[in-house]
Amino acid sequence: MLQTVFNALALGSVYALMAVGIGLVFGVLRLVNFAYGQLIMAGAYALAIGSSHGWPEWVSVLTCFGVVIALSLLMELGLFRPLRGSSAATMLVATFAVAFLLQSIALLKFGSLVKTAAIFPGLFNPIAHGELETVRKITVVAIACAVVALVALTLLLGRTTIGLHMRAASQDFQTARALGVRANAVITVAVVLSGVLAAVVSVILVVQNPFVEPHFALRDTIIVLVGVVVGGIDRLWTATLGGFAIGVATSVFTDELSSAHSVYVDSFVFGLVILVLLVRPEGVFAPFRTRPVERA
Amino acid sequence: MRLVARIPELVVPALLVIAVAALGSFTSRTNEIHFQTALVDVAIVVGLYVFIGNSGVLSFGHVSFVAVGAFAAGLMTISPEIKRSIMPQLFPILRDHSLGNVESLALAAGLGAVFAFVAGLPLMRLSGLAAGIATLAVLGITHNVLFNYTKIGPGPTALTSIPETTGLVQGMIGALIAIATAWLYQLSRFGRLLRATREDPAAAQAVGVSIHRQRLIAFVLSGALCGLAGGLFVHAAGTITTEDVYLNLTFLTLAMLVVGGVGSLLGAVVGALLVSGLDSFLTTAEGGVHVLGVKIDLTDGTHLVVLGVAMALVLVLRPRGLTGSREFRLRRVRWWHSAEAAT
Repeated sequence: MLQTVFNALALGSVYALMAVGIGLVFGVLRLVNFAYGQLIMAGAYALAIGSSHGWPEWVSVLTCFGVVIALSLLMELGLFRPLRGSSAATMLVATFAVAFLLQSIALLKFGSLVKTAAIFPGLFNPIAHGELETVRKITVVAIACAVVALVALTLLLGRTTIGLHMRAASQDFQTARALGVRANAVITVAVVLSGVLAAVVSVILVVQNPFVEPHFALRDTIIVLVGVVVGGIDRLWTATLGGFAIGVATSVFTDELSSAHSVYVDSFVFGLVILVLLVRPEGVFAPFRTRPVERA
Repeated sequence: MRLVARIPELVVPALLVIAVAALGSFTSRTNEIHFQTALVDVAIVVGLYVFIGNSGVLSFGHVSFVAVGAFAAGLMTISPEIKRSIMPQLFPILRDHSLGNVESLALAAGLGAVFAFVAGLPLMRLSGLAAGIATLAVLGITHNVLFNYTKIGPGPTALTSIPETTGLVQGMIGALIAIATAWLYQLSRFGRLLRATREDPAAAQAVGVSIHRQRLIAFVLSGALCGLAGGLFVHAAGTITTEDVYLNLTFLTLAMLVVGGVGSLLGAVVGALLVSGLDSFLTTAEGGVHVLGVKIDLTDGTHLVVLGVAMALVLVLRPRGLTGSREFRLRRVRWWHSAEAAT
């Protein structure tokens, strides 16, 4: 029981971090980054390469952050910037293309076989003996990382000038620009922050599951994207809660379904999503009020 | 008069499809399969276009309908004797009956429509962007169930010994049916109402158009076309796994639609034919191929890289696709949406 609670909180935390990463970029660019999972996958490969070369762990982790942030910036410069202002559908398809591109490159470069990334193996041990024997240290670390990252982000968005600019930009980009918010700066900061979160997630995921392959984190990304929509994509906090909730649901289904049904976790999660959407199409956590008219 | 002016919208894509089928009949037996694939791709992408093109809402879930159509049509055309020996665990009703080729295609289209209706009922209430992403949930469920539930299909193994009844002629007829349906739909009152919600949701609602209902109608129609295309897919290939109708096919068909131009029937057909041709060529080249005396030998997986780059490039350079999302017109070519406004 305790194990189920901890696992649920841990997966919820990781998915919440991914949801924030997706939500931050969506706020300023109105762009759903489909390639977010491939950023995490790239980070995971960086860790795997580091561990196969016997680099110290801090070097591997730094490389992971470097690779993910560099890729994020590259995406912003090469794709998001030229497409800025085009329709949401166009941008979504473009990130879908990038996702496939990165995945195919990984397949070409590293093959479809798994690479093992042995990093922080100590975190795989249980936190204590007795009742907590089944709870791993990484579970607690994941929750702690998420809490720290979310608090830091809240402070950044709430207490700094660039945070204010970002919030203004996600309310109304045109007006914010007219009032002197620098578009490129705000977008770059959002993209870098979302990259940092992706790197954090890829370290946590690799410790939990050290077998890295081209589809690494793909399933998680699909679940989080759906979760973000279910929570309500228009606001950062509803998107985050959506990610957290779908993580908790996925983990509870994984732990509690009988072994005969456990292969159907995804169906249960997505089925639940569809049921929830029947009741609250505007997002579970969106404030109760009349539904806004769809923006063209 | 308007109708006459819009006939080329139907005829030109149809002629393209007929030309491809004719071209295919002159090639060798080994190359014929590429032409069949192209025709099936046209059917899938036109199915996608009916919903995405007219509503402006992206869908990542349509391959679910292709998958359901493909597995249903494939399973029901295998003879009961074979099914009893290779898949004894099937439900008796699936195991002990079989259908002819045409009936199985009708079944595939019907199942696609029913599935799209059930899935669309909750999902089409979402706002456009959210609806697109939420359709991923449908794809997730379809893949998960087909992969694991061995009472309705082969599960993780390949479904084999399906009669390969879809040749060039049937592929062509299937693609033509899809094109004709799409054309009739976009001429119809429903097509116009849906495009009105795409151009300005608020204004469309203000004059009494139900966005939910119009999107659902298009979703069901395109679900039926995708189901039919799934039936053609499986009868052309003779074998299928759940991975064949999952994310790769979703990516490939969306790439076709976007490269051709999301907003026009012509774009859907041109994109499907071009990208399918390119994909077939690159996949063959991964096994080594001679072009004009130069030997090209690509590493496995290159075709997805090239397609990814091509798609990103088209999006950046021509966001409205190669056809500019315009239909073919005999009079001086006009921008598609300004022509729509005059309608």
